[in-house]
Amino acid sequence: MILLRLFFSFIQVGLFSVGGGYAAIPLIQEQIVNIHGLMTLEEFTDLITVAEMTPGPISINSATFVGMRLAGIWGVLICSIGCILPSFCICLILAYVYYKYRTVGGVQTVLSALRPAVVALIGSAGVSILMLGLFGHEGAAYTLDNLKWVELVIFVVCLFILRKYKPSAVAIILGSGVVGTLAYSIIGG
Amino acid sequence: MDAKKLWILFRSMFVLSACTFGGGFVIVSLMKKKYVEELQWLGEDEMLDVTAITQSSPGPLPVNASVIIGYRMAGIIGSLVAVFGTILPPMIIISVISLFYEQFRTNYYIAIALQVMRAGVAAVILDVVINLAVNVCKTKRLLYIVMMVIAFISVYFFDVSAMIVIFVCIGIGLLDLFFNAGRTRKGDAK
Repeated sequence: MILLRLFFSFIQVGLFSVGGGYAAIPLIQEQIVNIHGLMTLEEFTDLITVAEMTPGPISINSATFVGMRLAGIWGVLICSIGCILPSFCICLILAYVYYKYRTVGGVQTVLSALRPAVVALIGSAGVSILMLGLFGHEGAAYTLDNLKWVELVIFVVCLFILRKYKPSAVAIILGSGVVGTLAYSIIGG
Repeated sequence: MDAKKLWILFRSMFVLSACTFGGGFVIVSLMKKKYVEELQWLGEDEMLDVTAITQSSPGPLPVNASVIIGYRMAGIIGSLVAVFGTILPPMIIISVISLFYEQFRTNYYIAIALQVMRAGVAAVILDVVINLAVNVCKTKRLLYIVMMVIAFISVYFFDVSAMIVIFVCIGIGLLDLFFNAGRTRKGDAK
C-alpha cells in the first residue's frame, strides 16, 4: 500500500525537520531513497533542484514532487497532508498557549528578549539571499569580478522604491523578475 | 470572523506563498509587510513572537506561521483556511512541473528570472528588517540592541543554528525577568 507508506514517511519528515527547509532534505532522502527505495538518488537530486527553484516551502515541494511521481494526485495530497500534520497540531497548541499567556508580565519580559534575536535571524537570512543574488551561486568569492551589476541595480532600486512608496512585496518580487529578465535578454548576459 | 475575512486570509496566504522564493524567513518578511503594515491584523511584536514560535517548532516555517496567524484571526477554521492557502500554490506548481521538469530545469529565461528575483526578495527582506531593527533601537535598552547585533554575527558569520539563538535568548529573558523584576513591572505600566 504505497499511499499509506508515503503518508507515514512524510509524517516523520514533518515531525523531525526542525529549523527550516534544508533540515528536511536529508530526512526525505532517508525515507524515500534509503529506507523505501521509492526513488533513485539521481531522481532525488532532480527533485531538490526543482524544489529549490520554485516558490513554497522545500518540504511541501518535495512531498508534492514525490507524491506526484509515485502515486499521482492522491499521492500529492497524502504526502503534503502527512508532511504538515505534525506541525499543524503542534503549532495549534503553541498558538493557543501563546495567546492565552502572552499578556502576562513575565512572559512579556521573556518575549521581549526574544524579539531582537528574531530580527537578527531575519536579517541574516536577508543578507544571505542578497549575497546569493549579487554574486550568483553559493561559495562564489565576493570580488568585484563576480559582482552581478544588473542584480545590484535592481536591489538598490527595489529598496529605494520600498522605503519611499511602500508598494506590496509581491509587486516588487515579480517586478524585479520581469525587469531583470528583460535586462539580461537585451545585454545578453 | 465572517466569510469575507476568511477569503482575504486565504487569498493573501495563497499569493504570499506563490511568491516565496527562498527560505522560510522570506515569507515571514512578506507576512510582516502584509498583515502588520498593510492589513494591520497583527502587532509588530506579535509577528516577531509568532516568528520565534514557528522557528522553534518542527515542520515548514511558512506552514507553521499560517497555522498561528490563522488561529489568531479565526480559531481552528482560520488555521485550516490559512494553511490550505499556503500549501496550495507549491502543490499546483510542483505537480505541473513534475510532469516536464527537464524542460523547466534547463530553460534559460526561467533560470535568469529566478536569479534576478533574489535581488528583489533581498530588498523586501532588508526593508522589513530595517523597520524592525529601528524599533529594537527605539526600546533604548542596550541589552536588546547588543543581543540583536551578537545574534546577527553568530548566525550570519558563524552559522550558529536559529534554534540555539532562540533558546539562549529565552534564557537571557528569564535571567532578565528574575534580576530586573521591578523595572519590568514599571515598564509594563507604561
